[in-house]
Amino acid sequence: MLARLASKRLLEIRQVFRQPSQAFRSFSTALNYHIDSPDNNPDVPWEFSESNKQKVKEIISHYPSNYKQSAVIPLLDLAQQQHGGWLPVSAMNAVAKVIEVAPIRVYEVATFYSMFNRTKVGKYHLLVCGTTPCMIRGSREIEDALLKHLGVKRNEVTKDGLFSVGEMECMGCCVNAPMITVADYSNGSEGYTYNYYEDVTPERVVEIVDILKRGEKLPPGTQNPKRIMGGPEGGNTTLLSEPKPPPCRDLEAC
Amino acid sequence: MGLGLLASRAIRPFNSSSGSRFLLRTIVSKPELQSPESSAAAADASPEPDLPPRTPVGGARVHFTNPEDAIEVFVDGYPVKIPKGMTVLQACEVAGVDIPRFCYHSRLSIAGNCRMCLVEVEKSPKPVASCAMPALPGMKIKTDTPVAKKAREGVMEFLLMNHPLDCPICDQGGECDLQDQSMAFGSDRGRFTEMKRSVVDKNLGPLVKTVMTRCIQCTRCVRFASEVAGVQDLGILGRGSGEEIGTYVEKLMTSELSGNVIDICPVGALTSKPFAFKARNWELKGTETIDVTDAVGSNIRIDSRGPEVMRILPRLNEDINEEWISDKTRFCYDGLKRQRLNDPMIRGADGRFKVVSWRDALAIVAEVAHQVKPEVIVGIAGKLSDAESMMALKDFLNRMGSNNVWCEGTGTQPNADLRSGYIMNTSISGLEKADVFLLVGTQPRVEAAMVNARINKTVRANNAKVGYIGPVTDFNYDCQHLGTGPNTLMEIAEGHHPFFSAISNAKNPVIIVGAGVFEREDKDAIFSVVETIAKKGNVVRPDWNGLNVLLLNAAQAAALDLGLVPESSNSIESAKFVYLMGADDVNLDKLPDDAFIVYQGHHGDRGVYRANVILPASAFSEKEGTYENTEGCAQQTLPAVPTVGDARDDWKTIRALSEVAGVRLPYDTLGGIRSRMRTVAPNLLQVDEREPATFGHSLKPEVAQKLNPAPFKSAVENFYMTDAITRASKIMAQCSASLLKK
Repeated sequence: MLARLASKRLLEIRQVFRQPSQAFRSFSTALNYHIDSPDNNPDVPWEFSESNKQKVKEIISHYPSNYKQSAVIPLLDLAQQQHGGWLPVSAMNAVAKVIEVAPIRVYEVATFYSMFNRTKVGKYHLLVCGTTPCMIRGSREIEDALLKHLGVKRNEVTKDGLFSVGEMECMGCCVNAPMITVADYSNGSEGYTYNYYEDVTPERVVEIVDILKRGEKLPPGTQNPKRIMGGPEGGNTTLLSEPKPPPCRDLEAC
Repeated sequence: MGLGLLASRAIRPFNSSSGSRFLLRTIVSKPELQSPESSAAAADASPEPDLPPRTPVGGARVHFTNPEDAIEVFVDGYPVKIPKGMTVLQACEVAGVDIPRFCYHSRLSIAGNCRMCLVEVEKSPKPVASCAMPALPGMKIKTDTPVAKKAREGVMEFLLMNHPLDCPICDQGGECDLQDQSMAFGSDRGRFTEMKRSVVDKNLGPLVKTVMTRCIQCTRCVRFASEVAGVQDLGILGRGSGEEIGTYVEKLMTSELSGNVIDICPVGALTSKPFAFKARNWELKGTETIDVTDAVGSNIRIDSRGPEVMRILPRLNEDINEEWISDKTRFCYDGLKRQRLNDPMIRGADGRFKVVSWRDALAIVAEVAHQVKPEVIVGIAGKLSDAESMMALKDFLNRMGSNNVWCEGTGTQPNADLRSGYIMNTSISGLEKADVFLLVGTQPRVEAAMVNARINKTVRANNAKVGYIGPVTDFNYDCQHLGTGPNTLMEIAEGHHPFFSAISNAKNPVIIVGAGVFEREDKDAIFSVVETIAKKGNVVRPDWNGLNVLLLNAAQAAALDLGLVPESSNSIESAKFVYLMGADDVNLDKLPDDAFIVYQGHHGDRGVYRANVILPASAFSEKEGTYENTEGCAQQTLPAVPTVGDARDDWKTIRALSEVAGVRLPYDTLGGIRSRMRTVAPNLLQVDEREPATFGHSLKPEVAQKLNPAPFKSAVENFYMTDAITRASKIMAQCSASLLKK
């Protein structure tokens, strides 16, 4: 009896503390269906550029001729680079035509991978890692700082079309958390870069944005001057000497 | 009382015969447990466990193509012999254990993504998805262990997590796989306290209603669309909890088989739009009958409530329609309620119809029929006529002294002498063995959607090559468009065309000639060219007959079997008395203006525009009748609903008319008319059995007709509207408005 009362009370407490944010669920990906807009509808003509047509041929040559459809991901990536960082529906149709499959098979792939953007992004697409290690090291603050500085919401493009901010899952830089990725689409598929900026702070990301806005290049990697790549601050503290050989038989003697 | 209960419990073990299990167990030493050899010997001694035998699920039968490939597995301890390559789920079905499933469908590829079919397999660390796991020799499958049960309960809880609780307003309620299986594996409460997800509904057209929030992502519809229907429209978009079924871009499902996704959807995500909120499935009476909207004769079940046909569902028939039906078959039923002819009517002097009694109507018809000369009496059977009424019509006209009776769609001079010349000799299921198809003037996609589904299946299964001669049209499989007219056919016959080598090199070539060719003047010449190709390409052999005609209408095969052939080809120009038995598509432009037209039918369609007398008849859903499909299989319809108004069966009207006209037909019952049919075409009484043609094409006389180079025309302009019922249907009108516009 007492246990039932206690559990009931507990449930009431939980109800009070329940986050109002649970009323909606946010997904990292955009809508899973297409809505026609003036710059994104199947009637907009889209084609690979002349130089990219060569690349398309090269990519398709990696696969057996009866498995052309295997090239869908690299081709979508190429199309995305060419089109300033996002895939309009006509670009997906163009890819479908190249690999000779029904367009829906390409849409399936493009909607599955979150790195294919199906809505417009800025020339510099900033992706904040939101996975646990980065989150513990303050990725939320970094995203807030970026959004505040740029005056946009997540997945929105700034008025000058230069920046957009998105979230991304673990990029494997947990040792240098928190980190952001800058996808640079300002120079088409030739000058396309996808750089990691690690050990960032809310102040540093604003600086990075300003540097990019000025059109300057910034070397990728850790933003903590005291660290060298993934090494610890102030030099190594362990593994200072040559590692000992494994305690097993002498291989040369065999 | 409590004492008595205790006492009876204490006594029962001793006086019941199977009481031994209640007795104390004593420790006995079993030598076979110590050494494996002796235990194997013990197993050999008693191979059959003392369990009652089980029957396979749904009468599942095992066919061993190669006896060496048989392997033995154990399902819950039962040894089962199955062929190599079967999955664990199929092995369980053979053993009589029904495994719960959502994504697995025997006619679709295996996806293995719902995980509902988990079973325990001995020596496997985890439960295995039985639908995707091949059965291996000696596998010990356990389907009713706590592990399997717990696994299924877990899967069910996950599925119900995001499934809305709207069964009371869901049309699938009562025939929902999720509902049924949650009764067995579901909990009465879930542990998920967050918000359920919601998904935007998709617009798939006027036939399929979507409530995508109910979807459990089994992907059956996606696989059906791409594998059976052959339209790559549906896909699975997004991932994780955001995954949904859709078309991505706004697109209707433009398939003639789209209605089948309603049947294969295990939940209420895809339901019938016309049937929405009309009835519950348990209030419906099912009548197993035959479809007549095309010549395939798909097996259907008409679900009716009272006098109303509520919906039409497919019935399994491996030889004809498997378990699919076309959209026209499924959704034509609302045409049965509209434009119906209720009462006998006579056109008055002012040109308006006046309702009269049957007695008066028949008297007038009989009087006019006697006033004209016998040669100018013409009878035309409609495309929905059953064999019994066509027999009666022919007998009646013959007794009146005329032999100008035919069935619409068979042309002016049909060749009814050789049965092999107008039926599908390969049989519909036989098409699956073919490796090359030559379609001559036929578009199976619109003429016979179920035959097209078979061709599509064959093309997918063994990469069969398809060549097509006819007007430009779209196919849902790879097809080579060879040409538009008989000239291409001539080239193939002479061996110049590259496709001729494809036919002659093929193991089982198939030639399908469309029934639209019957309407051509040079049809005999075309058929002789086709027969030349067949002879040169070795299409007709003792073990394989690949020369086919694809008929258009349900009545055609039976009409030709019964010999409904006009005496003269220009009988309509001189006709004075025309008896239209449901014939709406016959061209009456050349008919003299003073001709007297009797229209007997169930719908006020094209045929009544010039009619002088209307005699109401019952539709296929209201009568018992024999229909022969394009492959020569006679099947019978059964009445599902009562007739409308004062309508009568076609043959009864003709029988009554013959009596009024003084030429009484000698049969009063359906049995009587069938024994009359036995004397003309005994194969029509072999119900549900395909009767192949006895004589081949070689008996045909030489023809001296000249080939007309005019290109072939498409026989069916609008797939959704081909006969009186479908033309009256509102749903079919919506389909033709939205799905056929390009």
